[in-house]
Amino acid sequence: FTIIKVEALVLEMQDPDTGVKTQTQRLVITTIPHAMTGHDILEWIINRLQILDEEAQNIGNLVVQYGYIYPLQEPKNIILRPDGSLYRFQTPYFWPTQQWPAEETDYAIYLAKKNIRKKGVLEDYEKENYNILNIRLNHKWDFVIMQAKEQYRAGKERKKADRVVFEFQERAYWLVHRPPPGAPNVIDYGLDRFSDPNENQVTQKKTFDVYRREIIFNQHSLMKSRVKSSVSLGGIVKYCEQYFNHDPIMTGCLPSNPWLTDDTQFWDLNAPLSEVPTKLRVERWTFSFRELLSDPRGRQDFQLFLRKEFSGENLAFWEACEDLKYGDQSKVKEKAEEVYKTFLAPGARRWINIDGKTMDITVKGLKHPHRYVLDAAQSHIYMLMKKVSVYICCCVALPSLRLLDAMWGLNKNPCFHIYLTVKYRSDWSPVSADTD
Amino acid sequence: MANEGLRDNETLSSLKNESETLKCKLEEERAKLHDVEPFLSVFFFQQDGKVIVWDAFTTNKEHAVTMPCTWVMACAYAPSGCAIACGGLDNKCSVYPLTFDKNENMAAKKKSVAMHTNYLSACSFTNSDMQILTSSGDGTCALWDVESGQLLQSFHGHAADVLCLDLAPSETGNTFVSGGCDKKAMVWDLRSGQCIQSFETHDSDINSVRYYPSGDAFASASDDATCRLYDLRADREVAIYSKESIIFGASSVDFSLSGRLLFTGYNDYTINVWDVLKGTRVSILFGHENRVSTLRVSPDGTAFCSGSWDHTLRVAVGHQRTRPPAKFIFHSGPERPPQFIKSSATAIIHADSPC
Repeated sequence: FTIIKVEALVLEMQDPDTGVKTQTQRLVITTIPHAMTGHDILEWIINRLQILDEEAQNIGNLVVQYGYIYPLQEPKNIILRPDGSLYRFQTPYFWPTQQWPAEETDYAIYLAKKNIRKKGVLEDYEKENYNILNIRLNHKWDFVIMQAKEQYRAGKERKKADRVVFEFQERAYWLVHRPPPGAPNVIDYGLDRFSDPNENQVTQKKTFDVYRREIIFNQHSLMKSRVKSSVSLGGIVKYCEQYFNHDPIMTGCLPSNPWLTDDTQFWDLNAPLSEVPTKLRVERWTFSFRELLSDPRGRQDFQLFLRKEFSGENLAFWEACEDLKYGDQSKVKEKAEEVYKTFLAPGARRWINIDGKTMDITVKGLKHPHRYVLDAAQSHIYMLMKKVSVYICCCVALPSLRLLDAMWGLNKNPCFHIYLTVKYRSDWSPVSADTD
Repeated sequence: MANEGLRDNETLSSLKNESETLKCKLEEERAKLHDVEPFLSVFFFQQDGKVIVWDAFTTNKEHAVTMPCTWVMACAYAPSGCAIACGGLDNKCSVYPLTFDKNENMAAKKKSVAMHTNYLSACSFTNSDMQILTSSGDGTCALWDVESGQLLQSFHGHAADVLCLDLAPSETGNTFVSGGCDKKAMVWDLRSGQCIQSFETHDSDINSVRYYPSGDAFASASDDATCRLYDLRADREVAIYSKESIIFGASSVDFSLSGRLLFTGYNDYTINVWDVLKGTRVSILFGHENRVSTLRVSPDGTAFCSGSWDHTLRVAVGHQRTRPPAKFIFHSGPERPPQFIKSSATAIIHADSPC
């Protein structure tokens, strides 16, 4: 897919009016048509794509590495030099998009031809490859040599300029497809995908089943509620703003970013179960109940608070549900029974307070326990804890931050106005216990 | 879904038409609520197949496990930090308990957990060490119980290789998103195995997907040289991160902690940093000498690490071009996904593949 885009760019470069300037150059004793300087190519890229030097240089290098442009003077140096070095466009016959695999036989013929032409003077790695191929293609070696001789002879009959150009092109092609050791191998794209989706679309006949499934899926999707983009994106903007000061890459972190200064104080201060959580960390707990629960220190503090309120069983139940959902599959039945005994059975040691309907569903479900059997009860308890956490965060953790907002929010919730007048010290012991 | 034959008045083409009509209707419905147009103007962002765990800060190797298979394509750290999972061309996902005891051979204690019918492209632990989610070249994703190796749930729907997955950070944590060669990104319900939402706007394979930190959106990186942001509540694509000068495929994405910046690695050896909200590119980072195959931001958001086919892992801070990468780690194989360990900021796990 990428290749298509690169090719489009190269085609633009080749445009006689708007593309890169080319002219005929003398190289040693031959004149080469349509040569361009590295500098001109880079300038063109910069202007066309409106980017800076470094990025243009990168793109230029890649275009050369993929073999669309090749250097005339230092063929093995596959980069784009930003100076007067000469380059030419590779003929489309040799473009990667052609996608014919660079066959071993072709390579052998090429090396043999080069051997003949240069009378045995090949590069080291080429000699090595030649010998390897000789052994591997032994059965058709006569054919290889014959082809090589034939092509060499045909080449001699061409005009000198044409022959030289073709030799350049061919050499450039093989430098891309059989790179010397140490050079980047751009043809390597990793592993083949197993299935070709394009192929499937053409040959796969969709069965009734597949269409029925699609229809049901689309029907469900249509019925799903959707929010306006502006509303949803507003949420994302808000999130970014809220977390702005907590993002070390945006605003830095105190005392310093350990990766830059090699000073690990930041990590020591923010250890999972640190003695004194930093102000920033505590502020984060107020963002959402999830933040509070997912921070080990936050959860610990919350646990302490619940215990004081004689409602520690809620968090313990929630944790037991998580353990059931994500734990060992073989222990599901055992764990479910344990949970029932401890939290749900009448007179249980740590009985949790959920409404009758939820209790009914849960108990029924426990007769055939599975990983998600406690979902309903867990959600209920989670919501309960969430409300409590709002109170903690505004009245205990950060008394000065957004207190008025939180109070307004809490006032609307009748079950919690009894807490509003209770004050706690930092060690969680109550200062005054006025209740309405 | 039983394999029923055709009912009366139904033909293959009538079913196909019905499906197509519904699809069009769905797109219309999605478009109706899209009142942000254009987005930008309304808002002012081993040779021998090893798996290695590095302490990224000190750049010391902490653990090394030699894998029996030659290509490792996926790896993951367990939430507790006590085990790792990896797999690849062997079609399996294996879990290795980590130990600091030099005498113990980690490979000996390995547990084969997942079995697919084709290569393993990605894996991830769920909220505990006991469950693993995998995606495969056979077009499916699957949830496995580590202890017994039992398949707990499978997810069918992709029409081609599934290349990547990411678990949602949401409160109830019960969904994940996957991206595949069929250009689709699909959101799944872990519990029921059903596909909840599906997005098909990319022009080529989706190489990587990552959830936005709040869980309300996710980003995808594709061979079509673009990265896109999909909003789950609005049920549509809301942003495209692309530039005319970026013509090579994107291999990986990750968000900064606040979700304001998007870091993306490309096959043209660069890393581009985007402003998620404005849709513009903030910065471009050079330095790698071959494709950037993978990229992750650390859980505490202090830095990000990029892995490349040039055999290095680089940890960088910030998006300013002038800041050099903070740490270099050299290794012998092209990099497959590194992941930061969750509990500490400093360890990186990565999988090594032969060149």
